[in-house]
Amino acid sequence: MDLQILTYLMAGASFALYIGIAVWSKASSTNEFYVAGGGVHPVANGMATAADWMSAASFISMAGIISFMGKDGSVYLMGWTGGYVLLALLLAPYLRKFGKFTVPDFIGDRYYSKLARFVAVLCLIFVSFTYIAGQMRGVGIVFSRFLEVDINTGVIIGMAIVFIYAVLGGMKGITYTQVAQYCVLIFAYMVPAIFISILITGNPVPQLGFGSKIISEDIYLLDKLNNILNDLGFSNYTDSTKSKIDVFCITGALMAGTAGLPHVIVRFFTVPKVRDARASAGWALLFIAILYTTAPAVSSFSRLNFINTINNSSYESTPVWFKNWENIGLISWSDKNDDGIIQYAPGNSLNPIKPIFSNQRGENGERIVSNELTKNKNEVYIDRDIMVLANPEIANLPNWVIALVASGALAAALSTAAGLLLVISSSISHDLMKKIFRPSITDKQELFLARLSAALAIGVAGIFGIYPPAFVAQVVAFAFGLAASSIFPALIMGIFSKRVNSSGAIIGMISGLLFTSSYIIFFKFISPDLNFSENWFLGISPEGIGVVGMIINFTLAVLISFFTKPPPNHIIRLIDNVRTPE
Amino acid sequence: MKMNNSKNYWRANLKIVLILLFFWFLSSFGAGILFSDLLDKIKFGGFNLGFWFAQQGSIFIFVFLIVAYCILMNKLDRKYRAGKD
Repeated sequence: MDLQILTYLMAGASFALYIGIAVWSKASSTNEFYVAGGGVHPVANGMATAADWMSAASFISMAGIISFMGKDGSVYLMGWTGGYVLLALLLAPYLRKFGKFTVPDFIGDRYYSKLARFVAVLCLIFVSFTYIAGQMRGVGIVFSRFLEVDINTGVIIGMAIVFIYAVLGGMKGITYTQVAQYCVLIFAYMVPAIFISILITGNPVPQLGFGSKIISEDIYLLDKLNNILNDLGFSNYTDSTKSKIDVFCITGALMAGTAGLPHVIVRFFTVPKVRDARASAGWALLFIAILYTTAPAVSSFSRLNFINTINNSSYESTPVWFKNWENIGLISWSDKNDDGIIQYAPGNSLNPIKPIFSNQRGENGERIVSNELTKNKNEVYIDRDIMVLANPEIANLPNWVIALVASGALAAALSTAAGLLLVISSSISHDLMKKIFRPSITDKQELFLARLSAALAIGVAGIFGIYPPAFVAQVVAFAFGLAASSIFPALIMGIFSKRVNSSGAIIGMISGLLFTSSYIIFFKFISPDLNFSENWFLGISPEGIGVVGMIINFTLAVLISFFTKPPPNHIIRLIDNVRTPE
Repeated sequence: MKMNNSKNYWRANLKIVLILLFFWFLSSFGAGILFSDLLDKIKFGGFNLGFWFAQQGSIFIFVFLIVAYCILMNKLDRKYRAGKD
């Protein structure tokens, strides 16, 4: 069957499923809207958490990024899963015991301060919107490539679906749709990975195929990849090129940032007991690990396949996927030596890096770019985000697999977007209105406000999708850096210290936040031309600076608390209560 | 839980968490980053060992650590609940 029809069928069927679940599990109280009534089974919550957690970035972008970064790409693998260990061991059980609705709830109560709650709400809203912008780009790419609709139409369809199940169902609807979305996305990720692993190495388990020999050749996959890359002038795939301190700090910032992500923390409020919170963290990481240990295998397979298909073949004979992605503007080829043959080599082929297409076609039929061509031999620009989506096509897999991957990518993007929207809406209706500005509203009014702010948040997210801010890639560093330097330390100290008081926590959060954001803003927005390692503080890139912000936060909070009054007795009792299960 | 009991419980809890975090640090920041180049000299099937830890091994260990945490904490909970009666 035609690829487009197949994709419509699969994506349509999955959307119908999500909406069906939403209608079946409509929320009727704030308790159900915020935390699904607190009665979700740990395995179901584990799946929902995994879908919530694995965003368009994990599904679409991560393997592609690793594919081009090699060993340096490990920061994402270790950072995003390692943060989960912190979350499971240091936060989830205690926050479940605390047993309220939101992350600012804990910070506001524990530091007995509306200001602390307010700062937490601000961080949370900023982090969540940054993240949503990324999801919307993912939805846009999938729609424009596979459904051949306008990106804007695609974003609006996506928004409408999320609107129905997030606004109606609240956390209850989201939880059960996320369970379905996890199943769709993991199936969609594994099927092509297994196919490709068999094609290249003969081993049906991608995790093992990664370390196996290439079929009918007596050489290991990774050794072969290193050889090919060396011949083209690249460094080894399996060697690191970044400085150790930077890799260390980026991994650290991603870990602490991940553990501080509010939409994931809040998932642990939905299970009945502390014991269940621990168990569901275990299930969730198991479900996440299935994808995360497959991803690096996919990265190496696709880099190998990509080079084999593209390098030294004539433009005319390239497969149809190459031209399709070129038409969308995520691949470009500029024939620097006029031989009609594609040469792939280190370095950027264009200046500026991203192609700016003119409307003309070259003599081979390629799209002409108006960028300046760089002096190196590389003639190819390829957006890293397309590797996972293009992978089944590069490996010549049947159409239904390609359609499946498209549905999986949509599931990953929508599930994360819905989780984030819920966090934003509850922080507005619950933390800002109910707890700070209008304590007198009834549960019913609060529920209405929650739905209203979810609808508003979807609108804003939709605008991000239609007019994607050019800085999406830059602000991702922001989201993790801010979560690491503000929310994470405040939560940890709130649980593990009885001495840290409100002034310490507030000054800690604000200074961690200010330091990290000014460092990132300086290098990413004000002086991007200075953004290289000689200018960095201790050689730490903006991606890793959240670790320094976090240390500043911890240090100041402890010092200031030490010189000011200890927290009152009812807070000490609150901490004792959080520390003992049941 | 009695005052004394809950103090002991918390101490035992911290001990479990710290031991597990030690292995968490060792497998990711240690084997995956700090000693990664050294470990890369050892071959593990088709992998250099340091590369394997950075891209796969650490994740397997993370799953194992959380499972161990669940089991140990449930045991600890049972012990203290039994002591209370």
